[in-house]
Amino acid sequence: MTEALLTLSGVHTHIGRYHILHGVDFDVPRGRTTMLLGRNGAGKTTTLRTIMGLWPASQGSIHFDGARIDKAATPDIATSGVAYVPETMAIFSDLTVKENLVLAARAGAPDERRLEWMFGFFPALRKFWLSRAGTLSGGQKQMLSIARAIVEERKLLLIDEPTKGLAPAIVSALIECLKEIARSGATILLVEQNFRVAQDVGDLVHVMDSGRIVHSGAMADLAADDSLQKRLLGLSLDSHQ
Amino acid sequence: MILSGNPPRGKLLTALLILVVVVLALAPFLFPGSKPANVAAKICVFALLVASYDLLLGYAGIVSFAHTMFFGIGAYGIAITLYALGPSWGAMALGLGAAVVVAAVFALAIGLFSLRVQTIFFAMVTLAVASAFAVLASQLSWLTGGEDGRTFRVPEVLRPGFRLIENGPFGITISGRTLSYYLVFCSVVVLFLVMLRIVESPFGRVLQAIRENPFRAEALGYRIIYHRTLANVLAAVFAACAGALNALWLRYTGPDTSLSFNIMIDILLIVVIGGMGTLYGAIIGAALFVLAENYLQTLMGAAFGALNASGAGFVANFFNPDRWLLWLGILFIFSVYFFPTGIVGKLRAEPKS
Repeated sequence: MTEALLTLSGVHTHIGRYHILHGVDFDVPRGRTTMLLGRNGAGKTTTLRTIMGLWPASQGSIHFDGARIDKAATPDIATSGVAYVPETMAIFSDLTVKENLVLAARAGAPDERRLEWMFGFFPALRKFWLSRAGTLSGGQKQMLSIARAIVEERKLLLIDEPTKGLAPAIVSALIECLKEIARSGATILLVEQNFRVAQDVGDLVHVMDSGRIVHSGAMADLAADDSLQKRLLGLSLDSHQ
Repeated sequence: MILSGNPPRGKLLTALLILVVVVLALAPFLFPGSKPANVAAKICVFALLVASYDLLLGYAGIVSFAHTMFFGIGAYGIAITLYALGPSWGAMALGLGAAVVVAAVFALAIGLFSLRVQTIFFAMVTLAVASAFAVLASQLSWLTGGEDGRTFRVPEVLRPGFRLIENGPFGITISGRTLSYYLVFCSVVVLFLVMLRIVESPFGRVLQAIRENPFRAEALGYRIIYHRTLANVLAAVFAACAGALNALWLRYTGPDTSLSFNIMIDILLIVVIGGMGTLYGAIIGAALFVLAENYLQTLMGAAFGALNASGAGFVANFFNPDRWLLWLGILFIFSVYFFPTGIVGKLRAEPKS
């Protein structure tokens, strides 16, 4: 078994008076793509935001790369090697594509070779290098959002529903991008509603329901078991197949 | 633009900026007399003051009502030292240095204590602090001169009576007043270029990112409170320099010229008219605003007289010079309506791919 890069143990999260996560436990092994699946409102986004420190865990512990991070501030978690791609195409629309990437490359100017590697699967970013990010299309914004997370080598990528609201052709391109990033050895925790994407890119899977993990295993096993899919994911699967 | 890597973008905007800067650079020779000189100096001071506020509001997204306080700290720093120590360059440097330090310390304290709260609460805190400071300045009359303020003497070469060149080539006279103007003008140019450099630096980019979405900026590893506080301190230091230059030009500092809330309203109007988050908007906005404030009444008087003479008495009433403030207000409403992103925002072209 590959060593875990990230471990959540009994994590509870409250947002205001709402109790969202009810003791989440799972591991994310190094160098693998781990899917976090579940119905709408199951707590997937809250889990990513809790790992990132944007919503603090009220109970339980989160260990990343051997260090406990559930009490750490978001900038410290980010600088320790976690990159977060939120579901809302979280680019800085007033800045240019170049400025968005330079901002994400905190060590200074982005590495030329890494940029070339990224441009290989995000060619639009080269084309619109000096354009304001706000003028890009939805798919291009999503690509920029992911590019920002990988412009420097990070230990862990947290990606929240990257295909949400994108046209099928762009989703296929994005699947290839995610596979390429995974092939580079990155560790990815990916939240996804689209089962085809999950099936294509995921090595492992954790399924959430009502703020708890209800299934963990290999992605291939879940993909091969229709009845398990129906039982765990129900309507969310039917609507996204 | 020189040193900054931040060109104005847009031919019309570049032409307009060059026109304003060239006219300001030659103002003492193009428009002799004390009123044009006062107007030109006020444009320079307000361009710097508004640009420093733009650094805070337009780049960092921080709404502060304490900017006149920092302007006042700069003005009182110069006034108190020159009044107490006499008209020397050393006293001027001491006054400016002390003002910059006091402004930075105040801004740091306000920032650390209140920039963690929501924008509206920070704005309220700054309003309260600025009001308290204005009351303090008028109460401490032994130090500040109270409501009367302080009139002080400047070093000899900056006094109106000083003549560097009298009846030189083309009949040019360079007096201490001309030298004072160029001290103001050159200082503003240098400080403005420094601000342009700051907003184009990685620090400026982080400020813009924080303004757009603080959580995203945090998720990239940037500490919001550190960047916001530093922006607050920098803006305060530049505002204090503007206040010091204004005091040097006027040779007087009082509550009305340095701490009045009307100055804060003028800053807000100019930053909106010029265009937020551009810095260049401060130059265009200050030039338009100060010119309108000083010459609109005269222009309306001329129109009123001409229309009355031509028998159009009813129409002439609209241009009665007593109604100049009404027209100034209408001009602002139109400028905000037609240029919602400010004049510079409208004229600025998108960068090419």
